[in-house]
Amino acid sequence: MKEPVIRIEELGKSYQTSAGEFPALKSVNLSITSGEFVAIMGPSGSGKSTFMNILGCLDKPSTGRYFLNGSSIAELGKDELALLRNRTIGFVFQGFNLLPRMSIAENVALPLIYCGLEHEERRNRARELLSKVGLASHAESMPNKISGGQQQRVAIARALVNRPRLILADEPTGNLDSKTGQEIMSLFDELNHEGITIILVTHEEDIARHAKRQVRFLDGRIISDELTRETMP
Amino acid sequence: MMLAMLGEAWRAMGTNRLRTFLTMLGMVIGVGAVVLMMAIGQGAQYAIKQSISSMGSNLFILLAGHTSSGGVRSGSGGAHTLTVDDAEAIAELPGIQAAAPVHPGSAQVIYGPNNWNTAIIGTTPAYLDARSWTVTSGSAFTDSDVRSATRIALIGKTAAENLFGDEDPVGKTIRIRQSPFVILGTLSVKGQSMDGRDQDDTLIIPLTTAQRQVFGTDFPGSVRMIMAQATTQEIMPSVEKDMTALLRQRHRLREGMDNDFFLRNLTAVANSAAESTRIMSMLLGAIASVSLLVGGIGIMNIMLVSVTERTREIGIRMAIGARERDILMQFLLEAIIISVVGCLIGLLLGISGALLVEMFTGTSVIISFGSVAVAFGVAATVGIFFGFYPARKAAQLDPIEALRYQ
Ligand SMILES: Nc1ncnc2c1ncn2[C@@H]1O[C@H](COP(=O)(O)OP(=O)(O)O)[C@@H](O)[C@H]1O
Ligand SMILES: [Mg+2]
Repeated sequence: MKEPVIRIEELGKSYQTSAGEFPALKSVNLSITSGEFVAIMGPSGSGKSTFMNILGCLDKPSTGRYFLNGSSIAELGKDELALLRNRTIGFVFQGFNLLPRMSIAENVALPLIYCGLEHEERRNRARELLSKVGLASHAESMPNKISGGQQQRVAIARALVNRPRLILADEPTGNLDSKTGQEIMSLFDELNHEGITIILVTHEEDIARHAKRQVRFLDGRIISDELTRETMP
Repeated sequence: MMLAMLGEAWRAMGTNRLRTFLTMLGMVIGVGAVVLMMAIGQGAQYAIKQSISSMGSNLFILLAGHTSSGGVRSGSGGAHTLTVDDAEAIAELPGIQAAAPVHPGSAQVIYGPNNWNTAIIGTTPAYLDARSWTVTSGSAFTDSDVRSATRIALIGKTAAENLFGDEDPVGKTIRIRQSPFVILGTLSVKGQSMDGRDQDDTLIIPLTTAQRQVFGTDFPGSVRMIMAQATTQEIMPSVEKDMTALLRQRHRLREGMDNDFFLRNLTAVANSAAESTRIMSMLLGAIASVSLLVGGIGIMNIMLVSVTERTREIGIRMAIGARERDILMQFLLEAIIISVVGCLIGLLLGISGALLVEMFTGTSVIISFGSVAVAFGVAATVGIFFGFYPARKAAQLDPIEALRYQ
């Protein structure tokens, strides 16, 4: 059998709080293979973001093991983790997280600075990705001059600029109205068609329906993991 | 990569111009002060070196009069204790290159319609040797001119300019106190003396002429001072003892009696003046450097604030793949740019300030490549040193903590 893109074994994560140790994730097991489109669902506080941050190599698990493309994350140093975030994973946030002082094109090109590409190459790649998300004409605008939906498209373009094969999105439509949310989702559909693995957190059924597989969290545990039922005719 | 980061640092500084400017101001003032102080200090050192070398090397000066701890019995040069014969006897001492009796004074000098008050030095040809003073055109007078009290004169550049303008003074006749004098030659340029006089505003005439025809004296054969030159600097202390002994013997001073003359080692006095100028200019530089340090602390302070304010930005950058060293570089570059740009402005201000000082006070200033290089190097070092801690603080942030920061 082919090695999965993501393999999680007995993963746990506890936060230190003033009230003592708080377990946000408890013995989570999950495997995701290349090309999957997975929706992570669950009520607020169930540990979805904590889980995504660990998948995105932004945070470290307290217990258990995480294999990304077959190699154990626990063994990697800071620079190697930064390299994974730069090349292997594209992360999309609920709050877009664009840098306000940079133009849209510069925001998209930012990850390329950290892998040492030249100016010309960076600009070309940024333009290429901006036309892919339909914002080529806004390249020189500043982030605060465009709508939320457009900002999220920019963020997705930035996540894609280094051609990662895995996109992690934590409630990417959470700050958007449902129509704009659906537009963003069709972009994810398209990316998944191209073979990019997508893991996306949402608590809206309409959004989750775009995924092929739905994983539900409750109180830090996975309570269900099933394929999306075909929509009613 | 580096270029992109430079651009980013520049932009980050541009977003809060007032703050960047104020931070820079610390560096500007620091570097400006260092450059200005060093320029003034080095200028002073240069000026003193110039006047020392214009004075002549290995020089002693002897003044007539008593040295007395119990009050001045007779002002220096006021007594008539030194004689031309003393000068000749000193000249015979081993270790003495030349010794010249000197009668200094000043008088009104007239050439045609021009009228100029200038210093007049009555002396012998040995004086020119002792002071390494040369004649640039025409010729010097000789010992026989001194014996026959000829009315001839050598003229310094300033006096010549004021009396003759563009005319060549050699061969012309001037009048000093009604007596006609022929200009025999022009003197080489000496510049300022240690006490700030213009040494080129002078006439040099034979000693005898000065005493008998210009100033007149009731004590022919006595002189107010004697200039003596030793052959080397090393033997000056022993020559000083020999001279003292010789004069005491010639003046028949018994043991326990005070000297009836002053003897000064001019070269030693000059050297210690040069040394104190050097220490003075070093002190000035050191005090100015403190303001550089303060400027550096200002940079560190603002960089720390900046790191805190931009925690979220740092988190975002880390989330998309910035390594520790990328973040470190980003903030370090900002600190370095602030200090280097501040340094450039400070250099400009310091140099202009130095030039203004020169223009308005006439003291010479020297802006050496060395002092500019030092100021620049120190500024870059201060930027790195004081920028490093905040930059490292930024680089060591935890990505997820930084992202959560509101
Ligand atoms: N940094 C933290 N420190 C302490 N507790 C935290 C922290 N982050 C999250 N938690 C807690 O962990 C639980 C899971 O949070 P989170 O993963 O954000 O849930 P979700 O994204 O599903 O809403 C919540 O109860 C939350 O209060
Ligand atoms: Mg969440």
